[in-house]
Amino acid sequence: MLKVENLCAGIEEKTILQGLNITVNPGEVHAIMGPNGAGKSTLSYVLGGRPGYEVSSGSAELDGVDLLDMEPEDRAKEGVFLAFQYPVEVPGVSNMEFLKAAVESVYAARGWDVPSTVDFMKLAREACAQVQLPLDFLKRGVNEGFSGGERKRNEILQMMMLKPKLCLLDETDSGLDIDALQVVAEGVNSMRSPDRAFVVVTHYQRLLDYIVPDFVHVLADGKIVKSGGAELALELEEKGYGWIEGAA
Amino acid sequence: MSEHTDLIEAELASEYEAGFVTDIESESLPPGLDEDTVRAISARKKEPQWLLDWRLEAFAAWKTMEEPEWAHVDYQKVDFQALSYYSAPKSQADGPKSLDEVDPELIRTYEKLGIPLHEQKMLAGVVAVDVVFDSVSIHTTFKDTLAKAGVIFSSISEAVQDHPEIIKKYLGSVVPARDNFYACLNSAVFSDGSFVFIPKGVTCPMELSTYFRINAMNTGQFERTLIIAEEGASVSYLEGCTAPMRDENQLHAAVVELVALDDAKIKYSTVQNWYPGDAEGKGGVYNFVTKRGICKGDNSHISWTQVETGSAVTWKYPSVILRGDNSVGEFYSVALTRGRQQADTGTKMIHLGKNTKSTIIAKGISAANSENVYRGLVRIAPTAEGARNYTQCDSLLIGDTCGAHTFPYIENKHNSSVIEHEATTSKVSDEQLFLCQQRGIDTEKAVSMIVNGFCKDVFKELPMEFAVEAGKLLEISLEGSVG
Repeated sequence: MLKVENLCAGIEEKTILQGLNITVNPGEVHAIMGPNGAGKSTLSYVLGGRPGYEVSSGSAELDGVDLLDMEPEDRAKEGVFLAFQYPVEVPGVSNMEFLKAAVESVYAARGWDVPSTVDFMKLAREACAQVQLPLDFLKRGVNEGFSGGERKRNEILQMMMLKPKLCLLDETDSGLDIDALQVVAEGVNSMRSPDRAFVVVTHYQRLLDYIVPDFVHVLADGKIVKSGGAELALELEEKGYGWIEGAA
Repeated sequence: MSEHTDLIEAELASEYEAGFVTDIESESLPPGLDEDTVRAISARKKEPQWLLDWRLEAFAAWKTMEEPEWAHVDYQKVDFQALSYYSAPKSQADGPKSLDEVDPELIRTYEKLGIPLHEQKMLAGVVAVDVVFDSVSIHTTFKDTLAKAGVIFSSISEAVQDHPEIIKKYLGSVVPARDNFYACLNSAVFSDGSFVFIPKGVTCPMELSTYFRINAMNTGQFERTLIIAEEGASVSYLEGCTAPMRDENQLHAAVVELVALDDAKIKYSTVQNWYPGDAEGKGGVYNFVTKRGICKGDNSHISWTQVETGSAVTWKYPSVILRGDNSVGEFYSVALTRGRQQADTGTKMIHLGKNTKSTIIAKGISAANSENVYRGLVRIAPTAEGARNYTQCDSLLIGDTCGAHTFPYIENKHNSSVIEHEATTSKVSDEQLFLCQQRGIDTEKAVSMIVNGFCKDVFKELPMEFAVEAGKLLEISLEGSVG
């Protein structure tokens, strides 16, 4: 589904990713771990198309479609979803209005029926229940005055509504207490399916107790230095990143 | 149909008969401004002597005044001798014959705003016979409804003829002729405008709007509006319309006066979208307006809501004098500037009565190379025991070549008052845009959503259907403002 080859990218002249390779097949969950500054968030941003990040070489394809030349909104329409580490506020724009605009745009692009307002409301209510957010939350501004946990749950809510092919979760566990972490993880697990893939970027192993990955990769100095199964995360937890960096 | 045409021709002919213009072909006064111009306008309108005297006095005062320089705007000064000060409604012959002759860009905008064809014709100045007669009938039905309620809603020229005692009592009572340079000029040469009178205890049965008053649509550059709500009366008035006014006049110097007696309530909403000039700042309307209301009676309430997206230069401060005890003044404003537009706008809240309360919510949005200024005065007089004011000024910048400025003035002469002022300046951030885009929302839609969200506090004060149109208007105005 996702094929990244020799990706070199960075921000403002500074190269952060230095020849990164990763292949993700449908149905798989890949965890990307690594020390601070290794380029974990950069990878999510580059795949999501955040302005300011420059790709100097390499490629990234989603089902054979080149992502790197596309506008961020077009990547979203192809089925790429990025759950942000720090979701920003959009004051005065209600969650409902925001979700509806997103759903209409993405569904139309993917050739699905755009739900009627009634159906849309039904979907939104179900998603709210799943991430344990009260319904009146739909009327509030996007992330406006939300706690860290509410913001993250809101990201998962959006992900559920948009039904992406490829979900990139950027340090979704940061700033979450254990209850919120479970809610978020359950949301993600409920969406695991044979035709959807996840790339979960995290600093800590903790999240992976709840979202059990098929593969774990260690990112250091802008490339993947070690890959393994779920057990690699436990090993990292025990030995620290110094162990890998020393070995690399 | 020919009968209808005859009627129109007769109507037009009668205007020439009463005329003072020598050239039959032209319905405008020749350019130039002197005492004779003022006399000619007054004569044309068959005004009583007292009104002519009032105009002449204003004109004499105006000649001694100088154009103000303090606003944060920069423009080529107006040559007052080059303007024509009176233009009668255009005849059929002048305007476009059908929508085919109207600028397609304009039609496109109307369509986006969802304005029905019939109304498009009126706005574009296509004076087709059917439209005229349709309008007449709309006009009449709603005049009947209003008359039953005792409400007077007419052009100010008609009111001068029909209700001279009311006009004499209130004209210039809120904005005196000598108030300022442009108001003074308006007092001398005002052409027409709206008059509303809501008698004691009456709640006006419908929203009033200049939009329906077709005959006032070509009233030209010096409009004069007077609204009076007697004891316990209430009215909501909508000025302008959301479609871009096809206006060739360079200078607009209007005066609006509102008077609210005991327990009366006036809500005045404006959506202004005059020609802003092109991206380089060529052309465009100068909008130099004096709008002021007085809460004359106790417990009275005046509320200004404005959405301003047009004009090249705007100089406008809708104000409230809170004279009655417990009276309330409100100002809700959205001013959007783009291209090379300059807006210096805000409000004045003058607290005189006890326990008077004012709220100011001003949202300025600047894009491209525009300059957007909030300028506001809150004055608490020594008599205004227990006065309260809350001011919130928020500026939103799109791009980095525009400017936003806030000049709040506070004069407090009573130690029991509570004055709160909050101001923020923010940018449409790359993070916000990226969040929207990453969810599949196109850039322009995203910007418009963010800007509409920013304006929400003000839009919710607009009458429902107006709020929707104001939102669409912002969307259209923002097109192409993000590269």
